[in-house]
Amino acid sequence: MSNTAWETLSNQAVATAGIVYFLALVAYLAEWAALRQPAAERVPATAGAGAGDAAAPAAGAPPVASSRRDRVDFLGRLGLLLTAIAALAHLVALVGRGMAADPNRVPWGNMYEFTLSGTFVVALLYLVLYRRFALGWMGPLVVGFVVATLMVAVIWLYDAVAPLTEALNSPWLVIHVVSAVIATGAFTLGGIASIVYLVRMRAERRARAAGRELGGWLGRVPQLDALDRLAYRVHAFAFPVWTFAVLITGPIWAHEAWSRYWNWDPKEVWAFITWVVYAGYLHARATAGWKGRKAAVLALVGMGTLWFNFIGINYFSTTSQHAYAAERVVDATTGDVAELGVVRTSSVVGP
Amino acid sequence: MSAPQTDAPAARTGDRRPGELTARELARWAWRQITSMRTALVLLLLLALAAIPGSVIPQADVDALAVTRWKDEHPKLTPIYERLDLFSVYSSPWFSAIYLLLVLSLVGCIIPRLVVYYRALRAQPPAAPRRLTRLPVHATYAADQAPGEVLDRARAVLGRRHRLRASAAGDDFVAAERGHLREAGNLVFHLSLLVVLAGVAMGGLWGYQGGVILVQGTTFSNSLTQYDDFKPGGLFRTSQLKNFRFSVDEFSVDWLEEGPRFGQARKFQADLTYRVGDGPERDYDLKVNHPLEIDGTDVFLIGHGYAPVITVRDGNGDVACTGPTVFLPRDASFLSYGVVKCPAAKPGQIGLDGLFFPTFDMRDGNPVTVFGDDRNPTLSMLAYTGDLGLDDGRAQSVYVLDKADATPITDADGKPMRIDLQPGDTVELPDGLGSVTFERVEPWIRVQISQTPGKGIALAGVILALIGLCGSLFIRPRRVWVRAVPADAGGSHVEVAVLDRSGNADTDEVLAALLDQLQKESP
Repeated sequence: MSNTAWETLSNQAVATAGIVYFLALVAYLAEWAALRQPAAERVPATAGAGAGDAAAPAAGAPPVASSRRDRVDFLGRLGLLLTAIAALAHLVALVGRGMAADPNRVPWGNMYEFTLSGTFVVALLYLVLYRRFALGWMGPLVVGFVVATLMVAVIWLYDAVAPLTEALNSPWLVIHVVSAVIATGAFTLGGIASIVYLVRMRAERRARAAGRELGGWLGRVPQLDALDRLAYRVHAFAFPVWTFAVLITGPIWAHEAWSRYWNWDPKEVWAFITWVVYAGYLHARATAGWKGRKAAVLALVGMGTLWFNFIGINYFSTTSQHAYAAERVVDATTGDVAELGVVRTSSVVGP
Repeated sequence: MSAPQTDAPAARTGDRRPGELTARELARWAWRQITSMRTALVLLLLLALAAIPGSVIPQADVDALAVTRWKDEHPKLTPIYERLDLFSVYSSPWFSAIYLLLVLSLVGCIIPRLVVYYRALRAQPPAAPRRLTRLPVHATYAADQAPGEVLDRARAVLGRRHRLRASAAGDDFVAAERGHLREAGNLVFHLSLLVVLAGVAMGGLWGYQGGVILVQGTTFSNSLTQYDDFKPGGLFRTSQLKNFRFSVDEFSVDWLEEGPRFGQARKFQADLTYRVGDGPERDYDLKVNHPLEIDGTDVFLIGHGYAPVITVRDGNGDVACTGPTVFLPRDASFLSYGVVKCPAAKPGQIGLDGLFFPTFDMRDGNPVTVFGDDRNPTLSMLAYTGDLGLDDGRAQSVYVLDKADATPITDADGKPMRIDLQPGDTVELPDGLGSVTFERVEPWIRVQISQTPGKGIALAGVILALIGLCGSLFIRPRRVWVRAVPADAGGSHVEVAVLDRSGNADTDEVLAALLDQLQKESP
């Protein structure tokens, strides 16, 4: 296959993945809608609503409710299947990006490719952890997030396939980016769990005030303490990976490529901020006994800084060495000794 | 605030107003505040907040040029920002204050915990509480065996992965504990942060960064005068400069001639010959991501450009100045700007400034360079004569021509004379001032030479911190008690309780697994 063919394949695969993710989202939303049944029919289902996983079928439920439950289960399975197919197309898109470059390379050369990889890891982690943590309830949120971020990538971040810039051309690219992207994916899942925690808490309070049971999709979501524990676990996994990515591999690579292991580059600053916020999250849980709402809010602050660092900071700062676009060259007329061509590094004090 | 006051002996507080503290009490109060967990948390979040301005406002340490530009654009805000150290956030007193307080808080927190941990390591697992059924996670079952047998079984099951309390005569329970290393990991993590800080501080104090532009074919020997710019740390001494030299034998670049990144340069490579002291000569291919390390000093390739070799002859026909002149690229097309100064020329000093086009072409009547490679190298300069300001001893940038007392050399029409040259061309200056010859083009490279002492320490610190972190996150400290008492109907009544001290584990599952194991061979 020629390079252009690979590139076309990649673009088509991204489109396919986007469409199938969207169909998965529709299936999940249909499942969600099917769960919103009239109160009269809900009575038997509430027995299983608190069990944490998909409403366990109550023995001897009326046939109407049972057929509805079948439909819910079917839609849930359909959503999962579509998510898996979309993730496969997503993977093809990534491989295609790498194969389209000459020479072939890992698909991590610009923001479009990083975002493609980051969203893929979110979807992949969801599929991998699906069974272990009974994540069925998380489907619509994960797929919704992936579709939205993919759209951002395609509309605003798209970049044609090109060889790696020289600074990126290093074995550290693989180690650094893989760890950073895995951590990003995991933090995102943890953040979603924290969002659901806050939403469910609010809904529970309202339901209690109205004197009724929590129904619909939120009724199927795990109990608050289970959500809280899930969020903690995912964050606790992601944090060391993030530490490895931004405080070990990042500095080692920066030292080789840019001659300084830590240069307070905007991307580095925000990676550091993200690290500190999540460190605060774990610290608060471990020592101050923060749980539940406060911890969830802190986790969301972390997710905000994480994704701002991933995409946003590139629009706020033009001096970042992590810009991956054309390399900046200094205006010579100011008389400053220039830093040019290859990569930009620290500026210079006149002799 | 009231806590320490009530601690103080009443006799000494007698003649004090309420709320007043002695210096010692105040110190103790302050120490308690600083070392409290809540303060640590607040400081941590404050550190994150304080780091933000540095990512939005240009930083002098990162990009001095951007700072200059910003100051030009915001004359009103500049004095305020300067007062707040917003152009050097990460070395500002307020940022330093936050992380130093954090370090203080960390030390104050960790030292007592080290002592506690040391004691805990030597202590036995605690005895079983009187009523295990009062613990949140517990279970009871009836066993056919006698209590002694049940406890033996429990010891065997738990002994594999727990520390057991030495049993005393008459004990009706087994007490087990595991996961001590969690706290060890926690302590290692926090202490490692201090190691990292020490490593970073060493780099800041004893390190240096210097930069120099070297034309292909020239040699650099490592002494202070050879650097174009030099940024030493606070405690740097010149004797730290290692005795080595290297020459740039050849520099090569690959240019992308197709695709979306047309014109981008890649595969920069400078072939160096280097020599440490009087040692043997060695070769090295200096590339991006492939720095040269000589005796603790790192040499990085960080830039490149063109140095046209220009010879200026004066009115007498003598060579007034010659050699490669470094032109600085203005943008990614490598359109470059440079200056030639010939103060020795007779009858008048001669100065040139202008542009170098690596691949010259006329597009719509405008001179442009269409490619970064030197495929059609062309110089286009203006010439000046008169006083170039070099005689009064003031320091002058070699990249700026002082035209205050110089006059443009004009052609027959009275317009400034534009000197357009291609390699080999010579242009005569009017009025017998001399001539300018463009001989050829040489590439130059810019290298950064730096020492970063403590970088290994910092790296080791982070790696240790990561190991400690994993220990503190994934090791589950747990206490397990099994009590067996004779049942009225024969056999025994068994109580089992599990206490997880991290608060985040699935103790129910642990208990279920344990019950399963205990009962496996006791049907």
